[in-house]
Amino acid sequence: MAQRYKSARPAPQSPANARRMRVAITGGTSGLGLALVREFKARGCLVAFVARDARRVAEVAKQTGAYGIAGDIARKEDIHPVALQITGLLGGLDVLVNNASSLGPTPLRLLGDTDCEALELALSTNLLGPFRLTKSLLGALTASAREGRGAVVLNVSSDAAINPYPGWGAYGASKAALHQLSRIWQEELAAQSVRFLSLDPGDMDTPLHALAVPDADPATLKRPDDAARELADAIVAACPDLGPAPRHAEAVARFARVPT
Amino acid sequence: MIAAATSRVPGVDARLLVLTASAELRHAPRTSLVEFLRPGDLVVANDAMTLPASLHGVHLETGAPIEMRLAGLQAPAGADLRKSIAVVFGTGDFRARTEDRPAPPPLSAGDRLAFGDLRARIMRTMGHPRLVAVAFDGSAEALWQGLARHGRPIQYAHVPRPLALWDAWTSIAAVPVAFEPPSAGFVIDWALVAALSRRGIGFATLTHAAGISSTGDAELDRRLPLDEAYRIPDVTARAIVNTRRAGGRIVAIGTTVVRALEHAAARHDGDPAHGSGVVRPGNGVANQRIGAATTLRIVDAIVTGVHEPGSSHHDLLRAFADDEALRRAAVALTAHDYRGHEFGDSLLVERSRARRREGPLADARVAA
Repeated sequence: MAQRYKSARPAPQSPANARRMRVAITGGTSGLGLALVREFKARGCLVAFVARDARRVAEVAKQTGAYGIAGDIARKEDIHPVALQITGLLGGLDVLVNNASSLGPTPLRLLGDTDCEALELALSTNLLGPFRLTKSLLGALTASAREGRGAVVLNVSSDAAINPYPGWGAYGASKAALHQLSRIWQEELAAQSVRFLSLDPGDMDTPLHALAVPDADPATLKRPDDAARELADAIVAACPDLGPAPRHAEAVARFARVPT
Repeated sequence: MIAAATSRVPGVDARLLVLTASAELRHAPRTSLVEFLRPGDLVVANDAMTLPASLHGVHLETGAPIEMRLAGLQAPAGADLRKSIAVVFGTGDFRARTEDRPAPPPLSAGDRLAFGDLRARIMRTMGHPRLVAVAFDGSAEALWQGLARHGRPIQYAHVPRPLALWDAWTSIAAVPVAFEPPSAGFVIDWALVAALSRRGIGFATLTHAAGISSTGDAELDRRLPLDEAYRIPDVTARAIVNTRRAGGRIVAIGTTVVRALEHAAARHDGDPAHGSGVVRPGNGVANQRIGAATTLRIVDAIVTGVHEPGSSHHDLLRAFADDEALRRAAVALTAHDYRGHEFGDSLLVERSRARRREGPLADARVAA
């Protein structure tokens, strides 16, 4: 499994490394997304997050001090208004984390029992949404890269993007497509110094996992906070001016590998 | 020329008229723009993202419907949109020509305005019934959310379909500060950026808060463009110096880039640490008019949309080429049905040899 990300080194000694980094995170009100909002805030970054439930967005914004934006990544009409608020509030963008994910039909169904509409919905959230949001923010990201601030897009992936788990068809197929999107964008925008990471945080104790595997023992699952710290390390390492360059090259080499 | 009535950017069929430094005209597909540039040149574009700057709402004192178009910032350096300059119309929308739009109700300092849940107050009037300084209520989050929900891109009657925000953003749009699209930038796509790089042509950006192009009122239009804030990154200022030292040309994508670069260069005049031909990085406010009498210090060529003679956009071209050459270009644009306005075809104007008055940069002392 070339994909799973485990931090190869301790957390950066200086949180100031990531200071002033402008970070946007989708799906920021629960699970890994919320842990990422807290992690980047703790590192002194300027953070904006996106989620569907306006009331919950306001609560998390108040708790964390991050900018909250209500919007649904799966809706085409929401993308540009969300991108406007992100760039308006942060004054640009260095890091985009496409974290919001849809499991597809729950309880999980065999593909033959999956409604076409359920697959479409999973694709809207897991593939089209990240594509549209990233595309609308490419100008901001490349501007940041030109100024030497670094520009990173992290697409949160899954081992279900690689392994054909029965019952995970809608989720797995959409995450597989997102993984390939990340890899192609990484090639196309390497000359613009925008880095694309497609990382699997592992099985975590999150609402999404509970939906998929209701009887899983939480004690056997990874804590979202730990996964968030590891992912934030990988992002910092991928920023040329905010982390050590060799780590960045290593990280890219590791995650760009094609699993067979 | 004919107005491009589609809101979609012309794709592979868009055209390019080139007016060369020796006053020759060439017709080409716009996708071949890169072939008119040379290795060692530097393309500079405006990465301002277009605001949904048109807000429909109500003048609460009278209950009258209004359209307010944000047109400029009161304090450009702070770039706080919560204090803006705005042009206010009465009933109707972009489908009516701005010239035909009714006046707003009489506006006074202290008047309250509502745009959905977004509220604003008139701080002062500005010597014209349509022009006011406004302040929005609430936090920055509330303002951006309100604009995202209730704002639309400013547009004009020649494009009948309502524009979506995505129609008004260039591929490189990065920071939402433009009141109308920096439309020359629609020429840029990621294939062009890659092609520039392959051909050894540099690419740099600045951010210029392009203002509104028309108010529908002759008296007010004479005050356009309003002061426009810009920011030039260090890396862009350095690239300009390096390009000119190596004999490359500076190619501006759009009039906003010309205004910002020439303003930033002029600010060095009289500064003994710098010669001419060097731009000062950082924030500024472009408030100069560029026309036939202007000596360009920085920009060697401009890519622009097709604009009518007499407009301020067209006036700016007179700094690049003499009137006879521009007249021949205008005739060619009409004869060959080039599409005008912000979603139309493009024009590349090289600064004519006769207008090349600045000395080489080698004479300049560069502090950096």
